[in-house]
Amino acid sequence: MASVWEFANPRKFMAVSDRALPWLFTLAGAALAIGLVWGFFFTPDDFRQGSTVKIIYLHVPSAMMAINAWIMMLLASLIWIVRRHHVSALAAKAAAPIGVTFTVIALATGAIWGQPMWGTWWAWDPRLTSFLILFLFYLGYMALWQAIEDPDTAADLTSVLCLVGSVFAVISRYALIFWNQGLHQGATLSLDKEENIADVFYFPLLVCIAGFVLLFIALVFYRTRTEIRARRLYAIGLKERMV
Amino acid sequence: MPDLGAYAVEVISAYAVSLALLAALVIFSVWRGKRVKRALEDAEARLRNG
Amino acid sequence: MLALFTRDLRLAIRAGGGFGLALAFFLIVTALVPFGVGPDTGVLTRIAPGILWVGALLACLLSLDRIFALDYEDGSLDLLATAPIPLEAVVATKAAAHWVTTGLPLTLAAPLLGVLLNLAPGGYLWLTISLAAGTPALSIIGTFGAALTVGLKRGGLLLSLLVLPLYVPTLIFGAELTRRGAEGQAVETPLALIAGITLGAAALLPFAAAAALRVNLR
Repeated sequence: MASVWEFANPRKFMAVSDRALPWLFTLAGAALAIGLVWGFFFTPDDFRQGSTVKIIYLHVPSAMMAINAWIMMLLASLIWIVRRHHVSALAAKAAAPIGVTFTVIALATGAIWGQPMWGTWWAWDPRLTSFLILFLFYLGYMALWQAIEDPDTAADLTSVLCLVGSVFAVISRYALIFWNQGLHQGATLSLDKEENIADVFYFPLLVCIAGFVLLFIALVFYRTRTEIRARRLYAIGLKERMV
Repeated sequence: MPDLGAYAVEVISAYAVSLALLAALVIFSVWRGKRVKRALEDAEARLRNG
Repeated sequence: MLALFTRDLRLAIRAGGGFGLALAFFLIVTALVPFGVGPDTGVLTRIAPGILWVGALLACLLSLDRIFALDYEDGSLDLLATAPIPLEAVVATKAAAHWVTTGLPLTLAAPLLGVLLNLAPGGYLWLTISLAAGTPALSIIGTFGAALTVGLKRGGLLLSLLVLPLYVPTLIFGAELTRRGAEGQAVETPLALIAGITLGAAALLPFAAAAALRVNLR
Protein backbone atom coordinates (compact mmCIF):
# COMPACT_ATOMS: atom_id res chain seq x y z
CA MET A 1 0.00 0.00 0.00
CA ALA A 2 1.52 3.24 -1.08
CA SER A 3 1.77 5.98 1.50
CA VAL A 4 -0.43 9.01 0.99
CA TRP A 5 2.66 11.18 1.31
CA GLU A 6 3.88 9.97 -2.07
CA PHE A 7 1.42 12.41 -3.59
CA ALA A 8 3.43 15.17 -1.98
CA ASN A 9 5.91 14.69 -4.79
CA PRO A 10 4.58 16.90 -7.62
CA ARG A 11 5.86 14.51 -10.30
CA LYS A 12 4.11 11.58 -8.68
CA PHE A 13 0.97 13.64 -8.21
CA MET A 14 0.97 14.67 -11.87
CA ALA A 15 1.38 11.06 -13.02
CA VAL A 16 -1.34 9.65 -10.76
CA SER A 17 -3.82 12.47 -11.34
CA ASP A 18 -3.26 12.21 -15.09
CA ARG A 19 -4.43 8.61 -15.00
CA ALA A 20 -7.23 9.18 -12.49
CA LEU A 21 -8.79 12.33 -13.96
CA PRO A 22 -10.67 10.84 -16.95
CA TRP A 23 -12.24 8.29 -14.60
CA LEU A 24 -13.10 10.89 -12.00
CA PHE A 25 -14.72 13.27 -14.48
CA THR A 26 -16.67 10.43 -16.11
CA LEU A 27 -17.89 9.09 -12.79
CA ALA A 28 -18.78 12.58 -11.51
CA GLY A 29 -20.67 13.42 -14.69
CA ALA A 30 -22.48 10.08 -14.64
CA ALA A 31 -23.46 10.34 -10.96
CA LEU A 32 -24.65 13.91 -11.37
CA ALA A 33 -26.59 13.10 -14.51
CA ILE A 34 -28.24 10.02 -13.00
CA GLY A 35 -28.97 11.70 -9.67
CA LEU A 36 -30.35 14.92 -11.10
CA VAL A 37 -32.42 13.26 -13.85
CA TRP A 38 -33.75 10.75 -11.32
CA GLY A 39 -34.55 13.54 -8.89
CA PHE A 40 -36.02 15.91 -11.44
CA PHE A 41 -38.11 13.52 -13.53
CA PHE A 42 -38.83 10.43 -11.48
CA THR A 43 -39.54 11.48 -7.91
CA PRO A 44 -42.98 12.38 -6.55
CA ASP A 45 -43.88 15.77 -5.16
CA ASP A 46 -43.84 16.28 -1.44
CA PHE A 47 -47.37 16.54 -0.03
CA ARG A 48 -46.64 19.88 1.64
CA GLN A 49 -43.85 21.43 -0.43
CA GLY A 50 -45.10 20.33 -3.84
CA SER A 51 -42.51 20.15 -6.58
CA THR A 52 -40.09 22.52 -4.79
CA VAL A 53 -38.78 19.47 -2.96
CA LYS A 54 -36.82 18.69 -6.14
CA ILE A 55 -34.49 21.59 -5.30
CA ILE A 56 -33.12 19.44 -2.47
CA TYR A 57 -31.00 17.48 -4.98
CA LEU A 58 -28.93 20.61 -5.59
CA HIS A 59 -29.29 22.44 -2.30
CA VAL A 60 -28.17 19.78 0.17
CA PRO A 61 -25.17 18.39 -1.77
CA SER A 62 -23.81 21.84 -2.61
CA ALA A 63 -24.22 23.04 0.98
CA MET A 64 -22.46 19.92 2.29
CA MET A 65 -19.60 20.29 -0.13
CA ALA A 66 -19.28 24.02 0.52
CA ILE A 67 -18.42 23.20 4.14
CA ASN A 68 -16.36 20.12 3.28
CA ALA A 69 -14.31 22.12 0.78
CA TRP A 70 -13.34 24.52 3.56
CA ILE A 71 -12.44 21.58 5.85
CA MET A 72 -10.31 20.13 3.06
CA MET A 73 -8.57 23.50 2.68
CA LEU A 74 -7.99 23.57 6.43
CA LEU A 75 -6.39 20.10 6.36
CA ALA A 76 -4.28 20.97 3.32
CA SER A 77 -3.14 24.19 5.03
CA LEU A 78 -2.17 22.24 8.15
CA ILE A 79 -0.19 19.76 6.05
CA TRP A 80 1.56 22.67 4.32
CA ILE A 81 2.43 24.32 7.65
CA VAL A 82 3.67 21.11 9.26
CA ARG A 83 5.29 19.25 6.38
CA ARG A 84 5.85 21.93 3.72
CA HIS A 85 4.55 19.91 0.77
CA HIS A 86 3.88 22.27 -2.11
CA VAL A 87 1.14 20.11 -3.60
CA SER A 88 -0.82 20.51 -0.39
CA ALA A 89 -0.71 24.30 -0.41
CA LEU A 90 -1.61 24.40 -4.09
CA ALA A 91 -4.51 21.98 -3.54
CA ALA A 92 -5.91 24.35 -0.92
CA LYS A 93 -5.63 27.20 -3.39
CA ALA A 94 -7.27 25.09 -6.08
CA ALA A 95 -10.20 24.15 -3.84
CA ALA A 96 -11.25 27.68 -2.84
CA PRO A 97 -13.00 28.73 -6.08
CA ILE A 98 -14.84 25.39 -6.13
CA GLY A 99 -15.95 25.93 -2.55
CA VAL A 100 -17.16 29.44 -3.27
CA THR A 101 -19.16 28.20 -6.29
CA PHE A 102 -20.85 25.55 -4.13
CA THR A 103 -21.59 28.20 -1.50
CA VAL A 104 -23.24 30.41 -4.11
CA ILE A 105 -25.27 27.46 -5.41
CA ALA A 106 -26.42 26.63 -1.89
CA LEU A 107 -27.38 30.26 -1.24
CA ALA A 108 -29.10 30.71 -4.61
CA THR A 109 -31.11 27.47 -4.49
CA GLY A 110 -31.95 28.22 -0.87
CA ALA A 111 -33.28 31.66 -1.79
CA ILE A 112 -35.31 30.27 -4.69
CA TRP A 113 -36.69 27.57 -2.41
CA GLY A 114 -37.34 29.98 0.44
CA GLN A 115 -39.43 32.33 -1.67
CA PRO A 116 -42.46 29.99 -2.10
CA MET A 117 -42.03 28.08 1.18
CA TRP A 118 -41.24 30.79 3.71
CA GLY A 119 -42.50 33.70 1.63
CA THR A 120 -39.12 35.38 1.57
CA TRP A 121 -35.92 35.13 -0.44
CA TRP A 122 -33.73 35.72 2.52
CA ALA A 123 -34.07 35.51 6.28
CA TRP A 124 -31.42 36.27 8.88
CA ASP A 125 -31.55 32.72 10.04
CA PRO A 126 -28.41 31.20 11.62
CA ARG A 127 -27.92 28.64 8.86
CA LEU A 128 -28.38 31.12 6.04
CA THR A 129 -26.25 33.74 7.73
CA SER A 130 -23.42 31.32 8.45
CA PHE A 131 -23.31 30.50 4.76
CA LEU A 132 -23.11 34.17 3.95
CA ILE A 133 -20.17 34.47 6.36
CA LEU A 134 -18.59 31.34 4.87
CA PHE A 135 -18.88 33.09 1.49
CA LEU A 136 -17.04 36.13 2.89
CA PHE A 137 -14.31 33.87 4.31
CA TYR A 138 -13.83 32.29 0.89
CA LEU A 139 -13.61 35.73 -0.73
CA GLY A 140 -11.01 36.95 1.76
CA TYR A 141 -8.97 33.76 1.37
CA MET A 142 -8.97 34.00 -2.41
CA ALA A 143 -8.22 37.72 -2.34
CA LEU A 144 -5.18 37.11 -0.14
CA TRP A 145 -3.87 34.50 -2.59
CA GLN A 146 -4.38 36.96 -5.42
CA ALA A 147 -2.67 39.83 -3.65
CA ILE A 148 0.67 38.18 -2.86
CA GLU A 149 3.08 37.55 -5.67
CA ASP A 150 5.55 35.10 -4.12
CA PRO A 151 3.84 31.67 -4.04
CA ASP A 152 5.50 30.44 -0.84
CA THR A 153 4.69 33.61 1.10
CA ALA A 154 1.12 33.44 -0.21
CA ALA A 155 0.84 29.78 0.82
CA ASP A 156 2.09 30.56 4.35
CA LEU A 157 -0.14 33.57 4.91
CA THR A 158 -3.28 31.98 3.46
CA SER A 159 -2.68 28.89 5.60
CA VAL A 160 -2.53 31.02 8.74
CA LEU A 161 -5.67 32.85 7.64
CA CYS A 162 -7.41 29.52 6.98
CA LEU A 163 -6.58 28.27 10.48
CA VAL A 164 -7.68 31.45 12.24
CA GLY A 165 -10.70 31.75 9.95
CA SER A 166 -11.80 28.21 10.80
CA VAL A 167 -11.76 28.96 14.52
CA PHE A 168 -13.75 32.14 13.99
CA ALA A 169 -16.15 30.38 11.62
CA VAL A 170 -17.02 27.91 14.39
CA ILE A 171 -17.42 30.72 16.94
CA SER A 172 -19.61 32.63 14.48
CA ARG A 173 -21.80 29.58 14.01
CA TYR A 174 -22.55 29.43 17.74
CA ALA A 175 -22.84 33.21 17.98
CA LEU A 176 -25.49 33.14 15.25
CA ILE A 177 -27.51 30.43 16.97
CA PHE A 178 -27.40 32.57 20.09
CA TRP A 179 -28.34 35.63 18.06
CA ASN A 180 -31.43 34.30 16.36
CA GLN A 181 -33.38 31.07 16.55
CA GLY A 182 -33.97 30.17 12.97
CA LEU A 183 -36.53 29.47 10.35
CA HIS A 184 -34.48 26.75 8.68
CA GLN A 185 -35.29 23.14 9.48
CA GLY A 186 -32.75 20.89 11.17
CA ALA A 187 -30.33 18.59 9.41
CA THR A 188 -31.81 16.66 6.51
CA LEU A 189 -29.50 13.71 6.90
CA SER A 190 -27.97 12.36 10.04
CA LEU A 191 -26.79 8.95 11.10
CA ASP A 192 -28.27 8.87 14.57
CA LYS A 193 -31.78 9.91 13.63
CA GLU A 194 -34.58 7.40 13.11
CA GLU A 195 -36.59 9.60 10.84
CA ASN A 196 -34.71 10.90 7.84
CA ILE A 197 -36.49 11.95 4.70
CA ALA A 198 -38.43 9.25 2.91
CA ASP A 199 -36.62 6.69 0.76
CA VAL A 200 -38.04 7.97 -2.55
CA PHE A 201 -36.20 11.24 -1.98
CA TYR A 202 -33.28 9.70 -0.12
CA PHE A 203 -31.72 7.48 -2.79
CA PRO A 204 -31.54 10.03 -5.63
CA LEU A 205 -30.21 12.49 -3.06
CA LEU A 206 -27.41 10.07 -2.16
CA VAL A 207 -26.50 9.72 -5.84
CA CYS A 208 -26.42 13.51 -6.17
CA ILE A 209 -24.21 13.85 -3.11
CA ALA A 210 -21.85 11.25 -4.57
CA GLY A 211 -21.85 13.25 -7.80
CA PHE A 212 -20.96 16.48 -6.04
CA VAL A 213 -18.19 14.76 -4.05
CA LEU A 214 -16.73 13.23 -7.19
CA LEU A 215 -16.99 16.51 -9.09
CA PHE A 216 -15.21 18.27 -6.23
CA ILE A 217 -12.38 15.72 -6.18
CA ALA A 218 -12.02 15.78 -9.97
CA LEU A 219 -11.95 19.57 -10.08
CA VAL A 220 -9.47 19.80 -7.19
CA PHE A 221 -7.18 17.35 -9.00
CA TYR A 222 -7.50 19.22 -12.26
CA ARG A 223 -7.02 22.67 -10.75
CA THR A 224 -4.10 21.49 -8.60
CA ARG A 225 -2.39 20.31 -11.78
CA THR A 226 -2.92 23.78 -13.21
CA GLU A 227 -1.48 25.38 -10.07
CA ILE A 228 1.56 23.08 -10.11
CA ARG A 229 2.21 24.10 -13.72
CA ALA A 230 1.64 27.77 -12.91
CA ARG A 231 4.13 27.55 -10.06
CA ARG A 232 6.72 25.92 -12.32
CA LEU A 233 6.07 28.64 -14.88
CA TYR A 234 6.70 31.25 -12.21
CA ALA A 235 9.98 29.55 -11.24
CA ILE A 236 11.14 29.46 -14.87
CA GLY A 237 10.20 33.13 -15.22
CA LEU A 238 12.32 34.02 -12.20
CA LYS A 239 15.26 32.07 -13.59
CA GLU A 240 15.00 33.75 -16.99
CA ARG A 241 14.92 37.19 -15.44
CA MET A 242 18.03 36.44 -13.37
CA VAL A 243 20.14 35.39 -16.36
CA MET B 1 -41.45 16.91 -18.56
CA PRO B 2 -42.85 16.09 -15.15
CA ASP B 3 -45.75 18.15 -13.91
CA LEU B 4 -44.19 20.74 -11.62
CA GLY B 5 -47.47 22.37 -10.64
CA ALA B 6 -47.47 25.86 -9.23
CA TYR B 7 -43.73 25.96 -8.55
CA ALA B 8 -42.41 25.23 -12.05
CA VAL B 9 -40.59 28.56 -12.30
CA GLU B 10 -38.83 28.11 -8.97
CA VAL B 11 -37.71 24.54 -9.58
CA ILE B 12 -36.53 25.14 -13.13
CA SER B 13 -34.70 28.35 -12.25
CA ALA B 14 -32.96 26.62 -9.32
CA TYR B 15 -31.73 23.90 -11.67
CA ALA B 16 -30.77 26.42 -14.35
CA VAL B 17 -28.82 28.65 -11.97
CA SER B 18 -26.97 25.72 -10.38
CA LEU B 19 -26.09 23.99 -13.62
CA ALA B 20 -24.96 27.28 -15.15
CA LEU B 21 -22.68 27.95 -12.17
CA LEU B 22 -21.23 24.44 -12.28
CA ALA B 23 -20.69 24.71 -16.03
CA ALA B 24 -19.01 28.08 -15.61
CA LEU B 25 -16.70 26.64 -12.95
CA VAL B 26 -15.71 23.68 -15.12
CA ILE B 27 -15.26 25.76 -18.26
CA PHE B 28 -13.18 28.37 -16.46
CA SER B 29 -11.00 25.69 -14.81
CA VAL B 30 -10.36 23.93 -18.13
CA TRP B 31 -9.73 27.22 -19.95
CA ARG B 32 -7.17 28.34 -17.39
CA GLY B 33 -5.66 24.85 -17.23
CA LYS B 34 -5.13 24.77 -21.01
CA ARG B 35 -3.66 28.27 -21.05
CA VAL B 36 -1.20 27.56 -18.22
CA LYS B 37 -0.22 24.25 -19.78
CA ARG B 38 0.54 25.88 -23.13
CA ALA B 39 2.51 28.71 -21.48
CA LEU B 40 4.56 26.18 -19.50
CA GLU B 41 5.31 24.14 -22.62
CA ASP B 42 6.47 27.31 -24.38
CA ALA B 43 8.66 28.26 -21.45
CA GLU B 44 10.21 24.80 -21.22
CA ALA B 45 10.90 24.82 -24.95
CA ARG B 46 12.62 28.20 -24.59
CA LEU B 47 14.65 26.80 -21.70
CA ARG B 48 15.87 23.85 -23.79
CA ASN B 49 16.68 25.89 -26.88
CA GLY B 50 17.96 29.08 -25.31
CA MET C 1 7.95 46.24 25.95
CA LEU C 2 6.97 49.24 27.99
CA ALA C 3 9.31 51.39 25.92
CA LEU C 4 7.71 50.11 22.72
CA PHE C 5 4.26 50.77 24.16
CA THR C 6 5.00 54.38 25.10
CA ARG C 7 6.76 54.92 21.77
CA ASP C 8 3.72 53.76 19.84
CA LEU C 9 1.47 55.93 21.96
CA ARG C 10 3.67 58.96 21.45
CA LEU C 11 3.80 58.40 17.70
CA ALA C 12 0.03 58.07 17.51
CA ILE C 13 -0.53 61.25 19.52
CA ARG C 14 2.04 63.24 17.61
CA ALA C 15 0.62 62.13 14.26
CA GLY C 16 -2.72 63.36 15.57
CA GLY C 17 -4.69 60.75 13.66
CA GLY C 18 -4.92 58.20 16.45
CA PHE C 19 -7.48 59.67 18.78
CA GLY C 20 -9.05 62.27 16.55
CA LEU C 21 -9.77 60.48 13.31
CA ALA C 22 -11.45 57.41 14.74
CA LEU C 23 -13.59 59.51 17.08
CA ALA C 24 -14.62 61.92 14.31
CA PHE C 25 -15.50 58.97 12.09
CA PHE C 26 -17.56 57.39 14.88
CA LEU C 27 -19.42 60.69 15.38
CA ILE C 28 -20.15 61.06 11.66
CA VAL C 29 -21.41 57.50 11.23
CA THR C 30 -23.67 57.89 14.24
CA ALA C 31 -24.95 61.25 12.99
CA LEU C 32 -25.62 59.89 9.50
CA VAL C 33 -27.88 57.08 10.67
CA PRO C 34 -30.85 59.29 11.69
CA PHE C 35 -30.62 60.99 8.30
CA GLY C 36 -30.97 57.56 6.75
CA VAL C 37 -33.72 56.03 8.88
CA GLY C 38 -35.61 59.17 9.91
CA PRO C 39 -35.83 61.05 13.20
CA ASP C 40 -38.42 58.77 14.88
CA THR C 41 -37.03 58.39 18.42
CA GLY C 42 -38.72 55.03 18.94
CA VAL C 43 -36.93 53.53 15.94
CA LEU C 44 -33.64 55.11 17.00
CA THR C 45 -33.94 53.71 20.52
CA ARG C 46 -34.43 50.26 19.09
CA ILE C 47 -31.49 50.33 16.70
CA ALA C 48 -29.10 52.40 18.86
CA PRO C 49 -27.12 49.45 20.35
CA GLY C 50 -26.46 47.93 16.96
CA ILE C 51 -25.60 51.24 15.27
CA LEU C 52 -23.21 52.25 18.04
CA TRP C 53 -21.47 48.89 17.87
CA VAL C 54 -21.19 48.89 14.08
CA GLY C 55 -19.93 52.49 14.19
CA ALA C 56 -17.29 51.66 16.79
CA LEU C 57 -16.23 48.62 14.78
CA LEU C 58 -15.80 50.61 11.56
CA ALA C 59 -13.96 53.38 13.38
CA CYS C 60 -11.62 50.74 14.80
CA LEU C 61 -11.01 49.39 11.31
CA LEU C 62 -9.81 52.77 10.00
CA SER C 63 -6.46 52.86 11.75
CA LEU C 64 -5.59 49.15 11.51
CA ASP C 65 -3.35 49.37 8.46
CA ARG C 66 -1.09 51.81 10.27
CA ILE C 67 -0.26 49.39 13.09
CA PHE C 68 2.71 47.91 11.24
CA ALA C 69 2.93 49.95 8.02
CA LEU C 70 5.17 52.77 9.28
CA ASP C 71 7.52 50.41 11.12
CA TYR C 72 7.66 48.18 8.04
CA GLU C 73 8.57 51.04 5.73
CA ASP C 74 11.36 52.51 7.82
CA GLY C 75 12.77 49.10 8.71
CA SER C 76 12.20 49.26 12.45
CA LEU C 77 9.99 46.19 12.21
CA ASP C 78 13.04 44.17 11.14
CA LEU C 79 14.84 45.46 14.21
CA LEU C 80 11.89 44.57 16.43
CA ALA C 81 11.85 41.06 14.95
CA THR C 82 15.49 40.53 15.91
CA ALA C 83 15.13 42.28 19.28
CA PRO C 84 15.47 40.22 22.48
CA ILE C 85 11.74 40.35 23.20
CA PRO C 86 9.72 37.71 21.32
CA LEU C 87 7.74 38.87 18.29
CA GLU C 88 4.55 37.63 19.95
CA ALA C 89 5.09 40.18 22.71
CA VAL C 90 5.73 42.90 20.13
CA VAL C 91 2.42 42.05 18.49
CA ALA C 92 0.56 42.07 21.82
CA THR C 93 2.12 45.43 22.71
CA LYS C 94 1.16 46.89 19.34
CA ALA C 95 -2.40 45.66 19.80
CA ALA C 96 -2.53 47.20 23.29
CA ALA C 97 -1.26 50.53 21.97
CA HIS C 98 -3.86 50.43 19.20
CA TRP C 99 -6.58 49.79 21.76
CA VAL C 100 -5.48 52.68 23.97
CA THR C 101 -5.48 55.07 21.00
CA THR C 102 -8.76 53.92 19.40
CA GLY C 103 -10.76 51.40 21.45
CA LEU C 104 -10.53 53.30 24.72
CA PRO C 105 -11.56 56.72 23.32
CA LEU C 106 -14.40 55.06 21.42
CA THR C 107 -15.59 53.40 24.61
CA LEU C 108 -15.54 56.69 26.48
CA ALA C 109 -17.26 58.62 23.69
CA ALA C 110 -19.95 56.04 23.00
CA PRO C 111 -22.35 57.10 25.82
CA LEU C 112 -22.38 60.67 24.47
CA LEU C 113 -23.29 59.39 21.03
CA GLY C 114 -25.88 57.18 22.69
CA VAL C 115 -27.68 60.39 23.66
CA LEU C 116 -27.85 61.36 20.00
CA LEU C 117 -29.54 58.07 19.17
CA ASN C 118 -31.87 58.21 22.16
CA LEU C 119 -30.47 55.06 23.75
CA ALA C 120 -32.66 53.66 26.54
CA PRO C 121 -31.51 54.86 30.01
CA GLY C 122 -30.44 51.40 31.16
CA GLY C 123 -28.22 50.98 28.12
CA TYR C 124 -25.47 53.51 28.85
CA LEU C 125 -23.73 51.45 31.51
CA TRP C 126 -23.87 48.25 29.46
CA LEU C 127 -22.87 50.01 26.27
CA THR C 128 -19.70 51.19 28.00
CA ILE C 129 -19.07 47.81 29.58
CA SER C 130 -19.65 45.92 26.33
CA LEU C 131 -17.32 48.23 24.40
CA ALA C 132 -14.69 48.06 27.12
CA ALA C 133 -14.89 44.26 27.02
CA GLY C 134 -15.20 43.93 23.25
CA THR C 135 -12.96 46.55 21.64
CA PRO C 136 -9.73 44.86 22.83
CA ALA C 137 -10.79 41.84 20.74
CA LEU C 138 -11.30 44.16 17.76
CA SER C 139 -7.79 45.56 18.18
CA ILE C 140 -6.19 42.13 18.50
CA ILE C 141 -8.04 40.62 15.54
CA GLY C 142 -7.20 43.74 13.54
CA THR C 143 -3.53 43.42 14.47
CA PHE C 144 -3.60 39.90 13.07
CA GLY C 145 -5.13 41.22 9.83
CA ALA C 146 -2.53 43.99 9.68
CA ALA C 147 0.26 41.43 10.15
CA LEU C 148 -1.11 39.39 7.23
CA THR C 149 -1.22 42.34 4.84
CA VAL C 150 1.80 44.35 5.99
CA GLY C 151 3.93 43.70 2.91
CA LEU C 152 1.24 44.58 0.38
CA LYS C 153 1.09 47.87 -1.43
CA ARG C 154 -2.67 48.28 -1.43
CA GLY C 155 -3.37 46.27 1.68
CA GLY C 156 -6.01 48.56 3.19
CA LEU C 157 -9.05 47.28 1.32
CA LEU C 158 -7.91 43.66 1.54
CA LEU C 159 -7.38 44.16 5.27
CA SER C 160 -11.03 45.17 5.68
CA LEU C 161 -12.19 42.16 3.67
CA LEU C 162 -10.11 39.80 5.83
CA VAL C 163 -10.92 41.34 9.20
CA LEU C 164 -14.65 42.12 8.95
CA PRO C 165 -15.83 38.48 8.84
CA LEU C 166 -13.65 37.81 11.88
CA TYR C 167 -15.45 40.63 13.72
CA VAL C 168 -18.85 38.95 13.44
CA PRO C 169 -18.95 37.10 16.80
CA THR C 170 -17.65 40.11 18.73
CA LEU C 171 -20.25 42.36 17.11
CA ILE C 172 -23.08 39.93 17.79
CA PHE C 173 -22.28 39.52 21.48
CA GLY C 174 -21.45 43.20 21.98
CA ALA C 175 -24.65 44.51 20.43
CA GLU C 176 -26.69 41.81 22.14
CA LEU C 177 -25.18 42.70 25.52
CA THR C 178 -26.03 46.37 25.00
CA ARG C 179 -29.54 45.58 23.79
CA ARG C 180 -30.27 43.33 26.76
CA GLY C 181 -28.84 45.93 29.10
CA ALA C 182 -31.01 48.64 27.54
CA GLU C 183 -34.13 46.48 27.85
CA GLY C 184 -33.29 45.41 31.37
CA GLN C 185 -32.84 41.70 30.58
CA ALA C 186 -30.25 39.30 31.95
CA VAL C 187 -26.79 40.21 30.68
CA GLU C 188 -24.57 37.50 32.14
CA THR C 189 -24.41 35.20 29.12
CA PRO C 190 -23.37 37.71 26.43
CA LEU C 191 -21.02 39.40 28.89
CA ALA C 192 -19.27 36.11 29.60
CA LEU C 193 -19.14 35.26 25.89
CA ILE C 194 -17.71 38.60 24.78
CA ALA C 195 -15.13 38.50 27.57
CA GLY C 196 -14.31 34.96 26.48
CA ILE C 197 -13.71 36.10 22.90
CA THR C 198 -11.46 38.93 24.05
CA LEU C 199 -9.43 36.69 26.34
CA GLY C 200 -9.22 33.89 23.79
CA ALA C 201 -8.13 36.29 21.05
CA ALA C 202 -5.56 37.87 23.38
CA ALA C 203 -4.18 34.46 24.28
CA LEU C 204 -3.96 32.91 20.81
CA LEU C 205 -3.93 35.50 18.04
CA PRO C 206 -0.54 37.08 18.89
CA PHE C 207 1.04 33.75 17.92
CA ALA C 208 -0.76 33.68 14.57
CA ALA C 209 0.05 37.36 13.96
CA ALA C 210 3.72 36.84 14.84
CA ALA C 211 3.87 33.85 12.47
CA ALA C 212 2.42 35.99 9.69
CA LEU C 213 4.89 38.80 10.43
CA ARG C 214 7.83 36.39 10.26
CA VAL C 215 6.67 35.22 6.85
CA ASN C 216 6.31 38.80 5.64
CA LEU C 217 9.75 39.79 6.92
CA ARG C 218 11.46 36.81 5.29
